[in-house]
Amino acid sequence: MSKKKKSKRKKKWERIDGREANELRPIKIESGVLPNADGSAYIEMGRNKIIVGVFGPGEMHPKHLAKPHKAVLRCRYHMAPFSVDPRRSPAPSRRDTEIGMVMRYSLEPAIFLERYPRSCIEVYAEVLQADGGTRCASINAATVALVDAGIPMRDLVVSCAAGKYNGRVILDLGDYEDKEGEADVPVAYMPKLGEVTLLQMDGILSAEELEKCINLSIEGCNQIYEMQREALKKKYGIEKEEN
Amino acid sequence: MPGDVLYEGRIRTGDNTYRAQGKVCATRIGLVEYGRGMGSVIALEASYNPLVGDLVIGKIVNIDLGQWMVDIDASSSAILSVPDVIDAPFNPDIVMPDILDVGDTIVAKIVDLDRRRTPILSTLGRGLGKVEEGFIIRITPSKIPRLIGKKGSMVNMILKETGCRIVIGQNGQILIHGRTRDQEEIVVDVIDKINKEAHTTGLTSRVQEYIKSLKEGQD
Repeated sequence: MSKKKKSKRKKKWERIDGREANELRPIKIESGVLPNADGSAYIEMGRNKIIVGVFGPGEMHPKHLAKPHKAVLRCRYHMAPFSVDPRRSPAPSRRDTEIGMVMRYSLEPAIFLERYPRSCIEVYAEVLQADGGTRCASINAATVALVDAGIPMRDLVVSCAAGKYNGRVILDLGDYEDKEGEADVPVAYMPKLGEVTLLQMDGILSAEELEKCINLSIEGCNQIYEMQREALKKKYGIEKEEN
Repeated sequence: MPGDVLYEGRIRTGDNTYRAQGKVCATRIGLVEYGRGMGSVIALEASYNPLVGDLVIGKIVNIDLGQWMVDIDASSSAILSVPDVIDAPFNPDIVMPDILDVGDTIVAKIVDLDRRRTPILSTLGRGLGKVEEGFIIRITPSKIPRLIGKKGSMVNMILKETGCRIVIGQNGQILIHGRTRDQEEIVVDVIDKINKEAHTTGLTSRVQEYIKSLKEGQD
């Protein structure tokens, strides 16, 4: 069906929102938006709107879950009922738990957890509006929030997805491309260390296509990395201008 | 910024840095400083790391047998045991909530870290003990040295200008008690300014002018 449509269309290939194949959606990141959290960040990635708050390191509750040699990282990913159409149940779903775990796995290698034995670092990601690629956007915001909370880190973690839609490998899939496309490959990456901390694949890809996707994602990650740095600098840069 | 390479080669790692593949990198967002064969980062944001000798302000959260648990905003709560409060050995006749109850705020000193790095507190000493009056505000612990200034220059200046009693806990909690509400408001404003501009130079003199302008505004 989709192939037929494609052949009827005019020659110039275009994505649904008119982006190039290797173009990211417009991104806006802000740090330190919540005064009551130890650290916080807000990200807009296309039509995604996500707010992240970080607490810790603090006492672990319940105590028997604390690790004697390192801190426990807890991530909660939650989508607000109004984040999607139709309304979503506010109760944590299986998917929420899974993405919370995915965030934890991708952030853990960057944090010096062993410096805070028997304690707990909590990351709360709240999706206000969803438009595909929320796990990547949540990881990007969570990193900024962790730095804002003053938690010692090896490197920033940046995340971006690539995938295949209508037979083409494209960067940063939107909601429609994610659902209708053939495959989706979210990658989390530490740019300074050059290490991949998360690699998922949903769909069917050939070996070459997967490699293409990963390389494209990392390319996107490097672009987002610069934006994260800008967001962190901005919090202090503006204050400097006041003097 | 975390992950940024500060130096490649032989150099000691200072505060908020780590070594990876022969390079010294930052772990926190902050300002870089080199000196005495060491590269370090002065953090703009950091959580409190308890050290022996620190003065802290905390809140009693629990009472165990012979000891109070005190929340001092660190990664683990601190222990305050009976002999460190009343200067007498523990005996079962003591009614602990009568001395310090849950919810009380105390000024205490860290006298030791135990084998699990849990801070041990003491309230024996001048200026230590239960807080009866005043109120508490909080700033990032990494900015406390800036608030104190070189040999206490900043805090002494604020004391002299406003006439408030200020106790600064190394864990970022600040206890303020003034004679009038206006005095206290000035101090809160000033500490807020220091918190925002901790990374800039010539702060003490700028704060002094700021206090004067605030005072004139109130008159």
